[in-house]
Amino acid sequence: MTKPNEGWGSRIGLILAMAGNAVGLGNFLRFPIQAVENGGGAFIIPYLVCFLLMGVPLLLIEWTTGRFSGQFGDHTTPFLMQRLDPKRAFWKYLGVFGIFANVAVAAYYCYVESWTMAYVYHSAIGTFANMSQAEVAGFFTAYTDTHQTTTGIPYENIVFFVLCVLLNTWILSKGLAGGVEITAKIGMPLLIIFGVFLAIQGVTLTAGEKGAQFDGLVGLNFLWTPQFDSLTNPSVWLAAAGQIFFTLSVGMGTVICFASYIKRRRDVALNAMTAGWLNEFVEIVLGASILIPICVGYFGIDGVVELVESGGGFGLAFQALPYLFQQWGGVLAVVAGIAFFGLLFFAGVTSSLAMGTPWMGLLQYEFGWRRERAAWSFGALVLLLGLPTVLFYDKGVFGEYDYWAGTVCLFFFAMVESILFAWVFGMDRGWQEINDGAEIRLPTSYRFILKYITPALLLFVFIGNLFIPHGADWAGAFSQLLAGNGWQFDASSLVGTVGNTALKAQIEVASAAGDSAAVTQLEERLFYINGARLLLLATFLFITALVYLAYRKRLAALGERT
Amino acid sequence: MSLSGWIMMLTSTVSVTAITIYCVWRVLTAPEAPDDQS
Repeated sequence: MTKPNEGWGSRIGLILAMAGNAVGLGNFLRFPIQAVENGGGAFIIPYLVCFLLMGVPLLLIEWTTGRFSGQFGDHTTPFLMQRLDPKRAFWKYLGVFGIFANVAVAAYYCYVESWTMAYVYHSAIGTFANMSQAEVAGFFTAYTDTHQTTTGIPYENIVFFVLCVLLNTWILSKGLAGGVEITAKIGMPLLIIFGVFLAIQGVTLTAGEKGAQFDGLVGLNFLWTPQFDSLTNPSVWLAAAGQIFFTLSVGMGTVICFASYIKRRRDVALNAMTAGWLNEFVEIVLGASILIPICVGYFGIDGVVELVESGGGFGLAFQALPYLFQQWGGVLAVVAGIAFFGLLFFAGVTSSLAMGTPWMGLLQYEFGWRRERAAWSFGALVLLLGLPTVLFYDKGVFGEYDYWAGTVCLFFFAMVESILFAWVFGMDRGWQEINDGAEIRLPTSYRFILKYITPALLLFVFIGNLFIPHGADWAGAFSQLLAGNGWQFDASSLVGTVGNTALKAQIEVASAAGDSAAVTQLEERLFYINGARLLLLATFLFITALVYLAYRKRLAALGERT
Repeated sequence: MSLSGWIMMLTSTVSVTAITIYCVWRVLTAPEAPDDQS
């Protein structure tokens, strides 16, 4: 069987693709909201600490694992992990998380990407002109409802979703150098240009001009003024650690797969730092200067808090910003709309392309599929798995995918790869690999951090999410535990989520109130949520079976050779 | 904007921008690999 000949065209292309993988919707929509909800300027302290103690080490681990294992011809997460400890067969099955998370996240991520595509179109044709704020908010609800149309095209949200998946698939079919790298080289500079333009608009917003009630600086003040008491709250640290995962795309397996195409003895240390810090620049400098300053300028702080509580970052971006841009009038309104949703689109597409790499690596390198065929199979899988998130968006399917694939899997997989690298592969070999060909001198303290601090932090984050106490009141929960009253789980904890605690409590309340319509609606939601979980489990088992088959193929090939 | 807000914002944005520029500059000025492969 002839092995495919994939590879990166240039170093800049590789770094931009890695940075593009990291820079996503979370940089512009999730980071500012997390900062606002977790102590404003004080959030940045745990955030940067988590970046240095967890984000940077995980980047180094993933880049180095990829380059090390890639030289043996492995290009998909299970076998890339197995290579670090060839004697124990179970690593490859833990590596399945590094394919599954990508396929499942791509399924709902492409849907969000398709919203941005649709909103670029609507901004360009002036759909939002003369709409009231309520009408713009209603437009989003109508758009995500499959039975309604905002353009006259039937099943409009499905059409845009399919277009988005087709675009991703087509780019992936062109390969790393010819597709992913070119997209990153075009998308990343455009994203930064759009971001700088909007950040200037946000920061210079002046009360009384363009219909604004407050200066953009009021929003910045709201975002950056520290509340130091929040630093002692474990929930703030959990939120900061969670944001680092989302923003760097670590714990997914994409960085490992991208790095597996780097040649031996080529730098990974400086490349990893450059991609990681580029992402931080986009998040902290640009991401913080757009959404909150503009929204606070028009709605005030109370209005923004209300909007955040009802719809988070998506609520502000899709239900408020198109209306605010209209206040800027004429050409500027159209340009700002295209720039903002175009920026989100490029941020999304460079991330979703990376998600195709582990699946394609499995089919191309283990089953001998042609690149085009592997890419179209990824597209088909994303389409099949993504359609339930489109059709049953309001039934909680989207949220279920995001929670299990986009949150739990990432924490778990990061913990596994960190232990594998530092404790099984060994820190002596690991440190040597990191520094092999390095063009930057890393502080030797990172050796200690990689071995002890990062795995311990990951364990803390995982266990923390597993056992979040009722109302996230950690101090109160520990006093109750010491008093012998047990531990009361919060509905948002992993334990609470598995048991659908929140939904079951709502059903009980509705049932006690005799509201049969609400009970039926909630039970229907429970049905779809459990269905989504079963679908995700089936996908995981399907990928595990493929990895097992690939392993058998390898054994058979080895037998033929001997 | 409050003084603590200004300090927090300027410290964070300036340091992140400076490190990013340093990393990009190091990559751009690094000697080209023989076959221009990453």
